[in-house]
Amino acid sequence: MRKSEKLITNTIRIAGSSTILFILLIFVFLMKEGLPTIQEISIGDLLSKRWYPIEELYGILPLISGSLIVTIFSMVIAFPLGIGTAIYIGEIAPPGLKEILKPLVEVLAGIPSVVLGFIGILVLSPMMRTGLKLPTGLTALTGSILLALISIPTIVSIAEDALYAVPNSYREAAYALGATHWQIIWYVVLPAGRSGILNAVMLGVGRSLGETMAVMMVTGNAPTLFSGLNSFISPVRTMTATIASEMGEVASGSSHYHVLFFIGILLFLFSLIINITSSTLSARPKRGKDQVIS
Amino acid sequence: MRQKLSVVFMLLLSIILFACQSPDQASSEQANSDSKKAYIENKGSDTLVNLALAWAEEYQLLNPGVQISVTGGGSGTGFAALINGTISIANASRQIKPEEIEAANENGFEPIEFIVADDAIAVIVNPENPVDNLSLEQVSKIYKGEISNWLEVGGEDRPIVKLSRETNSGTHVYFLETVIRLGDKEDRSIFSADTLLLPSSEGIIVEVRDNPNAIGYDGLGYVTENVKMVALSQGANDEYILPSAATVISGNYPISRHLFMYTHGEPKGAELAYLEWILSSGAQEIITELGFVPVISN
Amino acid sequence: MNLSSYSKEPKFRISRNLIQEIGFMGIRLITVITIFPILAIVVFIAIKGIPAISWEFLTAMPRDGMRAGGILPAIVGTLYLMVGTATISIPLGIAAGIYLAEYAPDNLWTRLIRIAIISLAGIPSVVYGLFGLGLFVLFFEFGISILSAALTLSIMTLPVIISTSEEALRSVPYKFRVIGISLGGTQWQTIRKVILPQALPGIVTGIILGLERAVGETAPILFTGATFFLPHLPSSPLDATMALPYHIYVISTQIPGMPITIQYGTVLVLLVIVLAMDVIASVIRSRARAKRQW
Repeated sequence: MRKSEKLITNTIRIAGSSTILFILLIFVFLMKEGLPTIQEISIGDLLSKRWYPIEELYGILPLISGSLIVTIFSMVIAFPLGIGTAIYIGEIAPPGLKEILKPLVEVLAGIPSVVLGFIGILVLSPMMRTGLKLPTGLTALTGSILLALISIPTIVSIAEDALYAVPNSYREAAYALGATHWQIIWYVVLPAGRSGILNAVMLGVGRSLGETMAVMMVTGNAPTLFSGLNSFISPVRTMTATIASEMGEVASGSSHYHVLFFIGILLFLFSLIINITSSTLSARPKRGKDQVIS
Repeated sequence: MRQKLSVVFMLLLSIILFACQSPDQASSEQANSDSKKAYIENKGSDTLVNLALAWAEEYQLLNPGVQISVTGGGSGTGFAALINGTISIANASRQIKPEEIEAANENGFEPIEFIVADDAIAVIVNPENPVDNLSLEQVSKIYKGEISNWLEVGGEDRPIVKLSRETNSGTHVYFLETVIRLGDKEDRSIFSADTLLLPSSEGIIVEVRDNPNAIGYDGLGYVTENVKMVALSQGANDEYILPSAATVISGNYPISRHLFMYTHGEPKGAELAYLEWILSSGAQEIITELGFVPVISN
Repeated sequence: MNLSSYSKEPKFRISRNLIQEIGFMGIRLITVITIFPILAIVVFIAIKGIPAISWEFLTAMPRDGMRAGGILPAIVGTLYLMVGTATISIPLGIAAGIYLAEYAPDNLWTRLIRIAIISLAGIPSVVYGLFGLGLFVLFFEFGISILSAALTLSIMTLPVIISTSEEALRSVPYKFRVIGISLGGTQWQTIRKVILPQALPGIVTGIILGLERAVGETAPILFTGATFFLPHLPSSPLDATMALPYHIYVISTQIPGMPITIQYGTVLVLLVIVLAMDVIASVIRSRARAKRQW
């Protein structure tokens, strides 16, 4: 009896620490495959403006620029929508409606990105081209809209948690001072929940930056560098789409293979920074499942 | 309401679960009865993938003892997998590169080449586009970004949206060497950076079909009736020729190439039998049906 | 003067209320803009996809270069991946959750484990794909297989399962533990016989949500287990497999002359599976809340 208890306890202990093993494995493996890049390709070449692996042009700037363009623009769309919806669900909606809206947002979280990409190719991209009279509908804008849809559930659920975490006494105090419902939301609840809201946006950024399939299907994948506002309605190529579409091509051990892993390292580090900062930002003492799910 | 919904969902799920159980058992029984089932893993060029799929389906009907799995992803993908030893036959729309042969040798085998079909690269535009003819040099300038409006090649005043396959595609490499660089080995010019790189041939067809600004290129087998093929000429004064089986065989159409399969060392057993069948007249008929050009004449 | 400032008061109030009205209208509009596309996408896919659904579509092998017949191998492949992922991630995830909720001391190591979980949760799916390719496909030589893909997906779903398990276990009141121990049970016996059954609904919900994500993902299986076409069902964990998300990508972008109904039908099947998991999870959650004994 004692022995089996000990065995089980140890098993659980090991399982508990397994996540550290996995994160280390991922880190070590990405490093092992990606770091040779630095020996094979000079920093100057890596930071050049052209990505064309066939000619060994490994400038990753256009890819970073592409990822940033779609991510920033997706946040421009998703931030007001996500926070607004969170305010409505958390502060304004009658309880019955709230019970309908919350699962609906969860449904959006569940829609696989490849399905959104599918809709993007078939419906959204032609709509963009004819509606906005663009030369092509396969643009950063189209990708940003899909990314906004993908990151909205994350933003809504975390922002709503943040608003929920604002103590009711704040609202009551403001109400007692004669503030309207709107003033309470605007001047009391939002400022009190701002670190949580910032956290929501950061995780939304993480979600957008890391998304692959939907982006690959609708952004046209042209490795162009940011060149002013026009870039938002031009085709772009993101880091994730580059890995997904080129990884199969390369023989393991080639420079191209190493560079793709190097881009993987960058994505890994970005996500690490975003998630660790946001977890220290988090107003709540303990992270709930919502954050991790999204 | 919600409960009703959930019942419907559960029902659907259980149907799906049930549905996949029965044939699954059937297949495992089959596998037991025929323990010598040969398994061929076939991967590579997206240009070839539909042809390879059609061959695989047909061959398995004729030889139930053989299982063939077919995957696309690009010629480079196929070579990489062949070199890594994860597949037994690589499909390719370009010849294997010396460094790929070297890598294969390092892994202890020699890739063996088979020419299985011929293919023309068709340059395509939207049916609304009035441009019917282009010289190779014009196409090259368009893709290099030196010509950026259809007006400059006799069309309407529209911006040109250039579409290409991804860089891992043999078609991409072929197009780069034969059209953009016009076959000049010293020429280092490449696609202009704003060329859209689409992950698949079908993606190009769809965008060209819908977008009157677009120009694209694709293997002849992919071209559907919804897009317009442009007649090409080698030089500005040469005759403009539309791609077809006849013009490829006669050698008049300027951009056509071989399609290949590569094996992991000399093929043996099931693989050898499969490749021999592919080069037989029966299998070559399928080529014509799919819009490619056979390599052996009946 | 004083009086006149009082007399201004009602005007001020009106404008405050006006602001509130405008604000609420804005928030409502935002919520509608957020919710509408979700409903539109689901309804649109359902309408377009239902005509394709038939017994044959769900149970037959694809024919004619996948342009006819059914999508059985993709459905089965997805189920295999789900089962494979579940087999690995559920025991590991629950054990780690138990460790964090019941055993873990408040020290540096535990904090590291939490950081690892947060980091794992934020890693882009395509980076998991890179990692799976490097470690499972090439290093362990599992090849492109169900095993490699399921292992990759398992590590990806682990953070969700761990966090939800931990949260569910923590929500079981402390007195249950005291009672268990005071009846002479060991710590493990108390956990197994008392705490786990109480926390089960929460854990199951987390598992379903984690698997839901695994089922819908494309990028992690792109280089680890998915294949374009398989004329038979996979017969061992070392076979590559077709899977619904990758299949959607393939048929919507790679096959010339692909009938549009088959595309929508396939998308619908994936959507139904994912949404069914959503519904099951929320039913379990609400049932458990109603039945809760504390």
